[in-house]
Amino acid sequence: MTATLERSAGPRYTLDRITAVPAIVGNASDFLVIAGLAGTAKDMAAMTRDGANYYGLAGAMGAAVSMGLGLALAQPDKKVLVATGDGELLMNIGALATAAVLNPPNLRILCVDNGHYGETGYQKSHTCLGVDLEQMAMGAGIKSTCSIEKEADLAKGAKMLRESNGTCFVLLRVKPTDGPKFKRALDPAAKRVQFRLGTLGEV
Amino acid sequence: MAELKTEDDHAREISTGWQNQLYDALRRNGVTQFSYVPDAGHRVCIDRSIEDKEVHSVALTTEEEGVALACGAHLGGAKSVLLMQSSGLGNCVNFMSMVKNGRFPFLTVLSMRGDFGEGNPWQMGMGQAARKVCEALDFIVLEVTKPEEVVPTIDAASNMVWKSGQAVAVLLSQRLIGAKSF
Repeated sequence: MTATLERSAGPRYTLDRITAVPAIVGNASDFLVIAGLAGTAKDMAAMTRDGANYYGLAGAMGAAVSMGLGLALAQPDKKVLVATGDGELLMNIGALATAAVLNPPNLRILCVDNGHYGETGYQKSHTCLGVDLEQMAMGAGIKSTCSIEKEADLAKGAKMLRESNGTCFVLLRVKPTDGPKFKRALDPAAKRVQFRLGTLGEV
Repeated sequence: MAELKTEDDHAREISTGWQNQLYDALRRNGVTQFSYVPDAGHRVCIDRSIEDKEVHSVALTTEEEGVALACGAHLGGAKSVLLMQSSGLGNCVNFMSMVKNGRFPFLTVLSMRGDFGEGNPWQMGMGQAARKVCEALDFIVLEVTKPEEVVPTIDAASNMVWKSGQAVAVLLSQRLIGAKSF
């Protein structure tokens, strides 16, 4: 497949993230949420109303999975959801290998793949040019993985995120369109304090 | 022809006494997550973390993962340390901005290369830049040059990190760990 400037990721990318992400995550308050910069940070900020169980990045591209791993190891009794995009994950794909080796049972990784770098003007990413992130997650050694690209399969992805006994990886393919309009706090120190108060009851 | 020494051979030749004290000091200060990319200078600490059932020993594919891991650990109330070689610091720079702007408490222990007596030119650039890179992002640098300074420095760094919320890089000088011969 050759790169074109047309904003389309192809026939497998038809779901709308505005409805598909809430459908697959369900009640976000059941998770401690780390979100990678840009699209998924906005998706999850809107779902949690920028709440105390949500820490979304607006920089540090490639940090989301590792941050979620550190949190999951620290809080083994809580489900940790890392929601990130294809571009963010590609920047530190080795983090999947690190997570797979540790395999904390409470870590769930949701990659919302729109095949594009939405934040910088929807340039194509590697995933709509042939790179399959679920296969990379499988190759990293993550035992529970799936790819969701049809509405009828959303429930299967939702079930894996909730019920997997080990670290799992769900790839959700969506069309390259904007997520919800939601203005979130961008002060990373203020969010750190809010998250710690909500999770630990102390700063 | 003399057989070439590996980095591990070199590490085994130097005293491991202070390395064990370093691990014990980190544990005594409450560290439960040890992250690292395999490194001869940190071999004792890494091996002990693997054998210690009370901690998470996290082998990374690149050092920057360890910065994010430590931030996530802090959000969950745990203490994490990143053990790396000075060259690994170069892989961390953008994530160090998250530490700075998020005011995350953060501790890293660097085994220095490209420092006192280095014989591999490939190590010189990052080794000589390490302190400047740390200081550019407002990380406090504490250098250790003698075995007896290891434990007090780790204790001091731990207070500055987890009581005062600072980012601290402890640099283990090649005056301490020795320069590998080539």
